[in-house]
Amino acid sequence: MRGTRLAASPGGVMRKIILPAGIAARMFLLLIAVSILSFILITESPIDPLTSYVGAESTLSEAAKDEIAAHWGLNDPAPERYLKWAGNLLRGDFGVSITYKRPVIDIIRERFSYSVVLMMIAWALSGVLGFAMGICAGLRRGGVFDKAVKTFCLVLQSAPTFWLGLLALSFFSVTLGWFPIGMAAPIGKPAVDVTFADRAYHLILPVLTLTVASIGKITLYTRQKLIEMMDGNFILFARARGETTGQLTRRHLIRNIALPAVTVQFASFSELFGGMALAETVFSYPGIGTATTAAALNGDVPLLLGIALFSALFVFAGNLIANILYGVLDPGLKAGGDYV
Amino acid sequence: MYDEDLAIAKNGRISAMSTRTGLLVLILVASAYLLFIFFRGVFMDPELYASRFADKFLAPSLAHPFGTDFTGRDMLFRSIKGLSASLVIGLIASVISSVIGLVFGIASAVVGGKFDKFILWCIDCCMGLPHLVLLILISFMLGRGAFGVTIGVALTHWPELTRVVRAETLQLRAAPYVLASRRMGMSTFRIARTHIVPHVLPVYLVGLVLLFPHAIMHEASITFLGFGLPPESPAIGVILAESMKYIATGKWWLALFPGLMLLATVLLFDLIGENLKRLLNPTAGNE
Repeated sequence: MRGTRLAASPGGVMRKIILPAGIAARMFLLLIAVSILSFILITESPIDPLTSYVGAESTLSEAAKDEIAAHWGLNDPAPERYLKWAGNLLRGDFGVSITYKRPVIDIIRERFSYSVVLMMIAWALSGVLGFAMGICAGLRRGGVFDKAVKTFCLVLQSAPTFWLGLLALSFFSVTLGWFPIGMAAPIGKPAVDVTFADRAYHLILPVLTLTVASIGKITLYTRQKLIEMMDGNFILFARARGETTGQLTRRHLIRNIALPAVTVQFASFSELFGGMALAETVFSYPGIGTATTAAALNGDVPLLLGIALFSALFVFAGNLIANILYGVLDPGLKAGGDYV
Repeated sequence: MYDEDLAIAKNGRISAMSTRTGLLVLILVASAYLLFIFFRGVFMDPELYASRFADKFLAPSLAHPFGTDFTGRDMLFRSIKGLSASLVIGLIASVISSVIGLVFGIASAVVGGKFDKFILWCIDCCMGLPHLVLLILISFMLGRGAFGVTIGVALTHWPELTRVVRAETLQLRAAPYVLASRRMGMSTFRIARTHIVPHVLPVYLVGLVLLFPHAIMHEASITFLGFGLPPESPAIGVILAESMKYIATGKWWLALFPGLMLLATVLLFDLIGENLKRLLNPTAGNE
């Protein structure tokens, strides 16, 4: 993590406070840059927002179209439009979605409430299971279980998330008939009648898919760390003191690996978001991922910009937490060591 | 993660020599399979994956090992054709991406200072958005289609290789012969060309091969979502997106086999890359 380099200022107690503040400032600048990048990419598109708005077969006169374009400020120079957009953002105004004819912020809020459940359950599950699997595999290095876990994870890392979703859907929902085909609630049931059990039942397969898709990285990471650590002198010493493998694992290994593993898990928000978008498409789950594709396919510029910014914020939050965990809790940094 | 295998090889019956030969054979077999897919797909007679409405929705059999789809197209030939399209896009995108990585990585380390900071910042910027979202945005900007997805994949895969090349170059930069050349007044560009590039080349080659599986997978993902190759083309992403419509009615083979072929391709590229890394690293190979 290069962000921790900012912590080079001297001072004991102060360092703890300066460190996150410095990283936060640096990352905030990055967020602004990412928003500019998204803005340029989206507004330079040949897909005309006006055509998406009025429809291709619109009978609207050219004059009326010009009027809308002027009203939206489509003829203004790009920097001016960006500043206007950013200014509106700061006041909480993300514009109105063309696809859903509703304020972008409402759609993001509603869709994200679905996606966040999916992502966080899958995130926690893959983290806990992956960590446990990595520890078990690493302890029996070279054994059958270890080889199986390693192969399994390497294959999973190469398998496309949407294909895993399709297989789960085809096997568990169609062949076995255990789970519903998709969506977040039974089709045709009014939103007020949807129970918690309905939601949970519809969540199982998407969560399973996303968990399986993201478990490989954390398992292999934990396993590798554990194997590296097993070669350390302090393990040799602990063994010489007569500690059993169980004691060794509990007292030394888990404690040392847990923090970097959690950091890795937080730093993987970017992949999590991508996996979520693919899994949602397979299961027609009404979250932010399906909204992203709908927005981009319909040329819905305000919504796409809003979601892009929001996804950047999501990744940013994960990286920020990872950096802070790394910087504040790493004893090496507290002792004044400069980790680069 | 291959270290322990080497350790086993060292102590066990397999000698270092046969390990190297084994690696080479593995690489050759994997490459042969991929080349076969590539050429078979590129020079395929379109008749082989044409619609035959009489044969629609046939389950896998000897005549159609992968079954047929809703217009009676043979899924095996469609998958091969689709994979070859993915390979072409993957090749173009990986080459562009890796050249960007090579140039940025070397320039970043050799020039140093503000420029180095700027490149690192660009990397962070590129990684600030979820990869998939960035791909969607680039494809959106280029008006979708094959061109958009190729450029999108090419422009989003350079950061990792740039970091690797930069780290490698930073080590070289401090080498005595590079320092001596600088003292003798050699220009920065000439140092990069004559002293840095030849040394970084092995790392670059491995990086290029390892970029491939990512490029192919991202192309398939983005096509699956509807931003990549057009729906009428025989691409793996299109095939799997179509299969979604029929999976609820029990047509499992439409998704299973094309996906397996994609997975095999991705895994084989990974295998070639990882083994190439071991072969090119003299210390690892001779252990």
